[in-house]
Amino acid sequence: MKPAAFDYVRAETLDEALEVLRQEGSDARIIAGGQSLMAMLNMRLARPRTLIDIMRLPELARIDAKGDTIVVGAGVRQAALLAWPELGRSLQLVALALPWTGHAQTRSRGTVCGSIAHADPSAELPLVLQALGGEVHLRSAKRRRRVAAREFFAGMMTTVRAEDELIEAVSFPAAQQRCAFREVARRHGDFAIVAAAAVQTAAGVRLAVGGVADMPVARDFPRLEGSALDEALNAFAYELDARDDVHATARYRRDLVRLIGRDLVREVLP
Amino acid sequence: MSRLQAGRRHPVRFSLNGKPCTGEAEPRLLLTDFLRHQIGMTGTHVGCEHGVCGACTVSIDGSPARACLTLAAQVDGCEVRTVESLAPSAGRLGILQAAFKRNHALQCGFCTAGILMSLDCLLRDHPRPDEATIRDFLSGHLCRCTGYAPIIRAALEAAAEMAGDVSRETTHA
Ligand code: FES
Ligand code: FES
Repeated sequence: MKPAAFDYVRAETLDEALEVLRQEGSDARIIAGGQSLMAMLNMRLARPRTLIDIMRLPELARIDAKGDTIVVGAGVRQAALLAWPELGRSLQLVALALPWTGHAQTRSRGTVCGSIAHADPSAELPLVLQALGGEVHLRSAKRRRRVAAREFFAGMMTTVRAEDELIEAVSFPAAQQRCAFREVARRHGDFAIVAAAAVQTAAGVRLAVGGVADMPVARDFPRLEGSALDEALNAFAYELDARDDVHATARYRRDLVRLIGRDLVREVLP
Repeated sequence: MSRLQAGRRHPVRFSLNGKPCTGEAEPRLLLTDFLRHQIGMTGTHVGCEHGVCGACTVSIDGSPARACLTLAAQVDGCEVRTVESLAPSAGRLGILQAAFKRNHALQCGFCTAGILMSLDCLLRDHPRPDEATIRDFLSGHLCRCTGYAPIIRAALEAAAEMAGDVSRETTHA
């Protein structure tokens, strides 16, 4: 199908984009790479009156290392982050998960922040943001605020972003801890049936799971072994409230959480 | 700031296969429809129209991209290449196209234009991709006919030929 009609605003400064958002609120949508939004427009699942293109703003197309934090601007495409020479050293988990995000043909245009804004429960970037405890930098004409990943996602494709706000950047802590990522999908690059990431913590491990609940969920575990670990993972798998859909049953998803979860925990806590 | 109003046509300018291209598009016009209906270049195909099948893949500023997930207005000022750019001259095939033909890497041909453009981008950036890289790249495309094996063979053969590993006496064009 084709999109319904909309005005297309090509912002030349961030203030212009924010001003249109202030005036038009939920009737306006930000478009960056468009790799999630365009599909929704084509299927008319979204019918904004105005699209605001922010890809001509050079200040948003930046990756900045600020101390222990890596700030990725709203104009940074997934392919650009994947090609960033520091990625493997500073953001190992992102380096592991990004090749699973869509395909080369969508990463070329899709942005990091766009995927997080879209908040698909099975998408990899929201999961990684959640696993690393990153932050979303929101900005409106009136204010700026930072929201922690665990508070940003509010449900199925829903976030706490207000109607007049846009995501200016997301930040990831540059982690030196051990981490691991695993995903099961019907076809490499398709949305995950289950995706999971594990990060070593002071007390043990944080495990984050996507594709099961309405949003990516992270949980901290102490160092556990054997049947204690299996039981903890089983309880976690049930808490995620898996559902049946055309791709997989709830039971299969719980199985994957238990199996992948155990593999990942063993990988980061050898 | 420029605001292109809904329901009206606005000028779009970009480079298409190395030549300047100008046209008019409503804000909601997809690049696929712009190419096919406005310009009349029907080499780029439309399958799913929501980013899943890869039939519409073109090169935008050197990277493979879904033309069905791109507005014509978004490529203003960009460099776009389509499958029409691959043949060296009318009636002849490019190296990749000839390898597809030799290896029966297409049957109905619906997916082919998109796959050729993806592989063309890949080979420009990585002249000697291994099979795993090619398979990974092809994961962004659906082909209902070939079972992919001949496509991979054709891609490897074309890569070798472009890198000068084999000299073909005849190119079946
Ligand atoms: S037509 Fe564009 S991906 Fe299928
Ligand atoms: S040749 Fe028919 S879909 Fe690929």
